[in-house]
Amino acid sequence: MTRVVVDVMLKTEISDPQGQAVLSALTKLGHQGVQAVRQGKRFELEVTDPVDEAAIRQIADTLLANPVIEDFSVHVQT
Amino acid sequence: MTASAQDVAGDLADVRIGVVTFPGSLDDGDAARAVRLAGGSPVALWHGTHDLEAVDAVILPGGFSYGDYLRAGAIASFSPIMREIIDAARRGLPVLGICNGFQVLCEAGLLPGALTRNAHLHFRNRDQCLRIEARTAWTGDFEPGAEIVVPVKNGEGRYVAGAEVLAAVEAEGRVLARYVGANPNGSSRDIAGVTDSTGRIVGLMPHPEHAVEALTGPSTDGLGFFTSILASILGARAVSTG
Amino acid sequence: MKIDTVEAAGRTPDQEQPHAALGLRGDEYQRIRDILDRRPTSAELAMYSVMWSEHCSYKSSKVHLRPFGDLPSSERLMVGIGENAGVVDIGDGYAVTFKAESHNHPSYVEPYQGAATGVGGIVRDILTMGARPLAVMDPLRFGPPEAADTARVLPGVVAGVGGYGNCLGLPNIGGELVFDGCYAGNPLVNVLCVGVMRHEDIKLARAPGPGNAVIIFGSRTGPDGIGGASILASETFEDQKPTKRPSVQVGDPFTEKLLIECCLEIFAADLVVGIQDFGAAGLSCATTELASAGTGGMHVVLDEVPLRDQTMTCEEILMSESQERMCAIVEPDKVDGFLAICAKWEVRAAVIGTVNDSGRLTVEWRGEQIVDVPPRTVAHDGPVYERPLSRPDDQDALQADTPDRLSRPSSADELRDTLLGLIAHPNLADKTWVTEQYDSYVRGNTVLSQPEDAGVLRIDEQTHRGIALSTDGNGRYGRLDPYVGAQLAVAEAYRNVAVTGATPIAITDCLNFGSPEEPGVMWQFAESIRGIADACRELGLPVTGGNVSFYNQTGDVAIHPTPVIGVLGVLDDVRLRLRQGLGRAAGEQIALLGTTRAEFGGSQWAGIMHGHLGGLPPTADLAAEARLAGVLAQAAARQWLTAAHDVSDGGLAATLTESVLRYGVGAQISLPGDRFVALFSESAGRALVAGTAYGLAALEVACTEARVPVTRIGTVGGDELAIDGVTPIPLADLRTAWTDALPRLFGAVTPP
Repeated sequence: MTRVVVDVMLKTEISDPQGQAVLSALTKLGHQGVQAVRQGKRFELEVTDPVDEAAIRQIADTLLANPVIEDFSVHVQT
Repeated sequence: MTASAQDVAGDLADVRIGVVTFPGSLDDGDAARAVRLAGGSPVALWHGTHDLEAVDAVILPGGFSYGDYLRAGAIASFSPIMREIIDAARRGLPVLGICNGFQVLCEAGLLPGALTRNAHLHFRNRDQCLRIEARTAWTGDFEPGAEIVVPVKNGEGRYVAGAEVLAAVEAEGRVLARYVGANPNGSSRDIAGVTDSTGRIVGLMPHPEHAVEALTGPSTDGLGFFTSILASILGARAVSTG
Repeated sequence: MKIDTVEAAGRTPDQEQPHAALGLRGDEYQRIRDILDRRPTSAELAMYSVMWSEHCSYKSSKVHLRPFGDLPSSERLMVGIGENAGVVDIGDGYAVTFKAESHNHPSYVEPYQGAATGVGGIVRDILTMGARPLAVMDPLRFGPPEAADTARVLPGVVAGVGGYGNCLGLPNIGGELVFDGCYAGNPLVNVLCVGVMRHEDIKLARAPGPGNAVIIFGSRTGPDGIGGASILASETFEDQKPTKRPSVQVGDPFTEKLLIECCLEIFAADLVVGIQDFGAAGLSCATTELASAGTGGMHVVLDEVPLRDQTMTCEEILMSESQERMCAIVEPDKVDGFLAICAKWEVRAAVIGTVNDSGRLTVEWRGEQIVDVPPRTVAHDGPVYERPLSRPDDQDALQADTPDRLSRPSSADELRDTLLGLIAHPNLADKTWVTEQYDSYVRGNTVLSQPEDAGVLRIDEQTHRGIALSTDGNGRYGRLDPYVGAQLAVAEAYRNVAVTGATPIAITDCLNFGSPEEPGVMWQFAESIRGIADACRELGLPVTGGNVSFYNQTGDVAIHPTPVIGVLGVLDDVRLRLRQGLGRAAGEQIALLGTTRAEFGGSQWAGIMHGHLGGLPPTADLAAEARLAGVLAQAAARQWLTAAHDVSDGGLAATLTESVLRYGVGAQISLPGDRFVALFSESAGRALVAGTAYGLAALEVACTEARVPVTRIGTVGGDELAIDGVTPIPLADLRTAWTDALPRLFGAVTPP
């Protein structure tokens, strides 16, 4: 078994109100050093070997992420 | 009205119940109306100040403070007014958190457990039967075990806590109310609300403030929470002045 | 990157410009050149292209919408067609504004965000009038219930309507859920919002007063929906692969909630002279509309617009459809007060320009002049087309194929099975699966919400004055006869308001059609408008505004013509409203008001049981509708009735099912004439009512005077629906059939 991590983030051009709200809260709490926050999702898949990365990408593209508004990245952990 | 009834009405109107408005609070107007219909005086409190305006108790209303972003209630729990409320609550100020307010109280550490995404993943609004189990400052007007019907409406209302915490809450009689019939969100042990050990700080997922008028609610059962706190505060005053 | 300036445009008249890619025809492009007496800059081209799109300019529909303006004036109408939303006087100094809008294509592309931003947009339209938004309604239409695409689109749309509306704290008080094959690939997501204000608080979209500041406030501007709503509404996107899907907007209801409270506080302090929301076409629309309705000129410094993405070009900033933004015109000495209220609500605000009397809208960017246009030419002088129209060739054959040939149930068991089959179809079944996802209680003034015939809101806690609202439409009737179908949509919404005891006073419309470039569709459109206008004339109702959505078609197959009508009514005392459920009083008797004819063209029975659509729709007798409404208002005010429920889709069978299941109390029914016709005909102008013996006797006298037919059909009680000649149905069986349909299709919502 191999762990495959899929990170899903809103595309950079898409507004991220959640990240905005967190940034604003951090500013109010006095953490002035943080300039931007974006919030995303992380999926951890336990996959039987050998890992078919193309298949994982398809899973991410069709189910885990909404390609209309989100990008994803796949990391096979070794 | 008899003279004594007028006195009571006058005394009730002297009880000041604060209702906090956070950015994204929605049921603040409803909570204020419920206080008014119970005979008390609602006082609007603003999230950005440190001023509790000498209120006798506080209601944290329902809604989506900060859009429920990050976690429901999380960002609101850090607001200036919450610092004052947390301090005052630890010194005995009664606090009722309804729905999002319950989430804020859990995030602030004033109540155990957390509210998470409903098990069926949908927002759900329905008229819900509850059993009132704990006698608190906010539930004194209900008979023990009373069953009431009030709306429940939330997307993140599933009460969860660690096994030890749940066991302690049960053992100490701190389950404020339980869902009767279908559990609307998958809450552990059908828990709809909990109280702290003093019975003054309570959180409830369903909405008693939406069940205070026959015209607009499924019942008027919710009024009991608001008459209870007024009676409790007047009772405490009588003791301290008597 | 090189900036295309006004000066450069004058120097390079022959530079090629991508007008066709932006959806402008050659003659439209030439017209812009004629207006400016030079080629447009690329920023100007962007502005003209979005503002002259079908979505913004109504270029195909304008000539046909004239009958609405020709309706006799109404004393109640305070603001009519042309503003963000119409405004109606409801008495006691209150003014109500309401409007419906479509977000069909965006909801097909990204169901959750498409529906969510649809709610956001219509709520801002209502807010812009100076009103506090009070509630929303969502007439929704999808393809076949069992289709895979419906399973993709419907749950997302419902979650989006709920996610946004719930977070705004607006109760959802009603709507529609209709399934029909014609909406496959073209779901209709219409949203209505209603708001209230005092008469003196009405605000308008105009920019008067040279020297006044132009302020943008709300979310920052990002590359959202560039060429989104406008371009989407102008073209189909059937050939596009998912990766080429147009950019969609993401809604932020939290910011919108702050914007609402911020605006209401600004209005209360009287700090604006004009206000406009940013909808389709964003800054292009807001600046040109405000300027052309005001002193006539405006200068905007685009660099002052707060941006989410610093790489945006000036054209993108002008076209961006980022949500949750507003534009206000503020007198110089009130700017500080305005900004202070924005700061209190943590709403970002920036002064981006000044009103002037130059008659020009000028825009500068990085120190260069990039726009110099007469604003009226962008906002109002777009092309107007008289598109060819012709009655479709198949219309005669369709109308000739009547339902008479369809086999009908006759035995007691067959009639029972037909009833159970109909009410178990998603079109007639319980909609709780959807409506449980919406908050109906917030604000504490919801007197009636779904599944009642109309939503009823209390407006004043002291006087008990209130309003009733219903939205209705029937594409099947419209396909058979668009003129009559549109009249029936008006009639049904009117009747749904009337059965609550309210007096209907105004309508709004949301017109969903196929491509205006198809003569058959254009004929349907023109016929529908004529039908609505004639119905309104007969009922004495003004049209307060509306929305047109074209291009709802896949290839050359258009949706059925689907005008959705919203009717607003007034209740002097909401405590006297009528409800649909039987069993709230002892000894209730049941009567049917109106005339039942053998009318099955376009009926749910023909569609569900036989997959048939043909013949003619039911008769639309608007005078009879008005008489019925008059009797119902009188009966409510005199408290003669304990229940009232409209008869429409699915006929009396569906009405009885809903009335007995509301409180779980049965009924014994005896029907005159042919039982099949009595149960399943969809004749309009009918209502089921219940009352005590005294109440019904009083009602009968009033009906006789008003010439409204009244027939006693039974009594309330027991635990079954028992209809003479039909095998009795235990309520438990009826409930199972009625409630299981949607959860079975879209997933049970009972937690594990």
